[in-house]
Amino acid sequence: MGSITLKNVTKSFDDVEVIPQVNIEIRDGEFVVFVGPSGCGKSTLLRIIAGLEDVTSGVVEINNQDATTLPPADRSLAMVFQSYALYPHMSVRKNIAFPLRMAKIDKVEQDKRIETVAKVLNLTDYLERRPAQLSGGQRQRVAIGRAIVREPSAFLFDEPLSNLDAALRVEMRLEISELHKKLGTTMIYVTHDQIEAMTMADKIVVLQAGVIEQIGSPMELYDKPCNKFVAGFIGSPKMNFLEGSEADKYNAHTIGVRPEHISISKTKGQLVGTVGVVEHLGSDTYLHVSCENSNEQMIVRADANNGFKYGDKIHLTLDIKNIHRFNNHGVCIYETP
Amino acid sequence: MRAISNNRKALNTAIALTLGLFMSFPIIWILILSFKSELDAIGNPLQVLLSSWTLDSFSTVQGRSDYLKHFSNSVIISLGSTFLALLVAIPSAWAMAFVPGKQTKNILMWMLSTKMLPPVGVLIPIYLLFRDYGLLDTRVGLVIILTLINLPIIIWMLYTYFKEIPVDILEAARMDGAGLKQEILYVLTPMAIPGIASTLILNIILAWNEAFWTINLTASNAAPLTAFIASYSSPEGLFYAKLSAASIMAIAPILIMGWFSQKQLVRGLTFGAVK
Amino acid sequence: MMSPSVLLLLGWMLVPLTMTIYFSFLRYNLLNPGTESFTGWTNYYYFVTDPSFTDALVNTISIFGGVLFITTIGGIAFSLLLDQPMWKSGLIRMLVIAPFFVMPTVSALVWKNMFMNPVNGFFGQIASFLGLQPFDFFGQAPLLSVIWIISWQWLPFATLILLTALQSLDREQLEASEMDGANSFSRFIFIILPHLARPITVAILIQTIFLLSIFAEILVTTNGGPGTATTNLTYLIYVQSLLQFDVGAGSAGGVIAIILANIVAIFLMRMIGKNLE
Repeated sequence: MGSITLKNVTKSFDDVEVIPQVNIEIRDGEFVVFVGPSGCGKSTLLRIIAGLEDVTSGVVEINNQDATTLPPADRSLAMVFQSYALYPHMSVRKNIAFPLRMAKIDKVEQDKRIETVAKVLNLTDYLERRPAQLSGGQRQRVAIGRAIVREPSAFLFDEPLSNLDAALRVEMRLEISELHKKLGTTMIYVTHDQIEAMTMADKIVVLQAGVIEQIGSPMELYDKPCNKFVAGFIGSPKMNFLEGSEADKYNAHTIGVRPEHISISKTKGQLVGTVGVVEHLGSDTYLHVSCENSNEQMIVRADANNGFKYGDKIHLTLDIKNIHRFNNHGVCIYETP
Repeated sequence: MRAISNNRKALNTAIALTLGLFMSFPIIWILILSFKSELDAIGNPLQVLLSSWTLDSFSTVQGRSDYLKHFSNSVIISLGSTFLALLVAIPSAWAMAFVPGKQTKNILMWMLSTKMLPPVGVLIPIYLLFRDYGLLDTRVGLVIILTLINLPIIIWMLYTYFKEIPVDILEAARMDGAGLKQEILYVLTPMAIPGIASTLILNIILAWNEAFWTINLTASNAAPLTAFIASYSSPEGLFYAKLSAASIMAIAPILIMGWFSQKQLVRGLTFGAVK
Repeated sequence: MMSPSVLLLLGWMLVPLTMTIYFSFLRYNLLNPGTESFTGWTNYYYFVTDPSFTDALVNTISIFGGVLFITTIGGIAFSLLLDQPMWKSGLIRMLVIAPFFVMPTVSALVWKNMFMNPVNGFFGQIASFLGLQPFDFFGQAPLLSVIWIISWQWLPFATLILLTALQSLDREQLEASEMDGANSFSRFIFIILPHLARPITVAILIQTIFLLSIFAEILVTTNGGPGTATTNLTYLIYVQSLLQFDVGAGSAGGVIAIILANIVAIFLMRMIGKNLE
């Protein structure tokens, strides 16, 4: 019902090619996240799926039908915008009713759907208010409500949580995930925040400069990133990269180790370094270590009561099972079994 | 925010109020004079203030049938040129704001530049054209001229207001299934109404106060208040109270509109060069 | 959708303009219709060499200078004051702005008769009361009187523009400079004034364009007199066109006025263009 496929889609603005060519398959009911740094083309791809942008070449299929030239209104998709894009001159009720009005659904059915959606999203008390009288989180919910009420084939989210404060963001992340479980509708979600991607997605599409770097489930991308970009993008704090003599030991141009895969000791280990800044998060501590044979600082995760402080000497050992090897093009080298 | 002492505020208010009264004094003074009899109006200021109030001057002025005619001329040409200008300007500004082409910016700048043409540069041709086509001393002729000279400002103001409408709200309407007509009718227009209203008010003010073409292209039939008041310039003896009454009635509508449109004035008259 | 307005303005630009240019090369007087003849640059020559042209030019520039001086200094002062915290700021602002909304003919007549008339005018009455000789404004200082009337009308305009600009000044910049040890005067010179430089320029340019065409105030107060003491370029052309019916000379004058206005317009368009980005 909600399957979407992009076949050989390219996109150029005037003479600038922003998306060289992508192929993406999204199955009905999946929660897919497009993630990547600013300017990577994720919003453009979303807008192409929505019909708000044309493709320069390629095919967009929705439910196995060619939708490449269909206007947005005919694609049976709903979009939640980063700025919520609520109609300022209409009440919450009228905002949510608008798509139903456009679809010429009769008034009784309209009211029924609005009541249901309002209950699901806790908006019943705010139905007569105007957007200007709502908080950021409430406006978010109205935007989502307006999308749900259409019962679309798929939901499109364009960085919906960017304008919320940190606490609200965590709350809304959960709400959206729960919504997905409840409705089972396909959701395509765009964000630059890899934490949102990891926690919410069934499938993640990592983009850089219009090119798909890797597609996979969150854990796939975490355990087996296929290149340095994905390895460094997924996982917080960032993976540590070592080149030179250390990398040579493992037969690679560069090796990568995540902060959580390094063990520490006061006395012995693979590498020696000096502790710099110590970040206490409460449950964990992150030590920034300057190693003797590397220009970069390494980040190492440790327990809260590890006992190290600024200026201490420290020995590090890398977990052999979790070392990622990269060749000189940044592509991951896997052991041949 | 640091607390500003009440004393400081009081001082500021006093100075500013004095300034305001100083600037508006002529208006306040003729307001007073308009309620006096002609004889009282030429006394010294103290006498003026102490003399009795009367509505005679107002009724005399209004009793002159030609005053009412000129007042209605002003109304007609202000509203007429505003209506005509909006009719032409709204589609134009819409296209420039929402479907801009490569030349849109240049066209907009060119339009603004036509406002900078000194009217006296085309006085003769316009006069002759109006004469030959029977437009001299007609309200229609004035409406046409006023529309043309204010059109650039109207288009400009509407353009800036349209550009302020967030594009994603219009896109949301498209996603919600609205076609172009519905998008314009249900979403764009309601959001543009405040901007259109402000532009409307500004144009009425500009048309009402225009004092070059309205004087030079009219004689007695179509003369609006600007020209009519100008005819008082030849001294007819003592006429302060009546002139005051006529002036107050002529400027009152605009003062009221001006109260509501200060921000729009800056936007319109500086062509957006000042934020 | 743009075409109606583009066509209208194009017509408005081209048709009268070409006619003016055409007429400027003719010897054509409306009182002798049918005797038009081509005379080349004669009209321009006589227009420019006529002593009243020099007077008109000087007067026009004096009006610019006088009005711009008053409105710029006054505008800065007024806007700084109105930017201060006070009560009833809306009402006070309206009182300061009101003169701009008064139609030029009314304001000119009110000043000339009710205030500047040496016998019955407000100032004259006060002077007599104090035992002083009333000053005959329009008799003894006609150009200055005209300049004052125009300034009274345009001062609010400059004030409004500068006030708007002041209110867009980032408060944090001022606070930072205070932390850096600047006193009120320094803050004015080093932060506020530079911020106002652009709006002041815009205000001056726009006023220049409108001031070139000052007409009604002169018509109702002095009719350009005594002699040519208050005749500006616009009034001079008006006299030749509609009073003397000398189409040729009036058109030549018109072309000159357009050229002068264009020079100012070029600067203004550049500033607007920058903002359109």
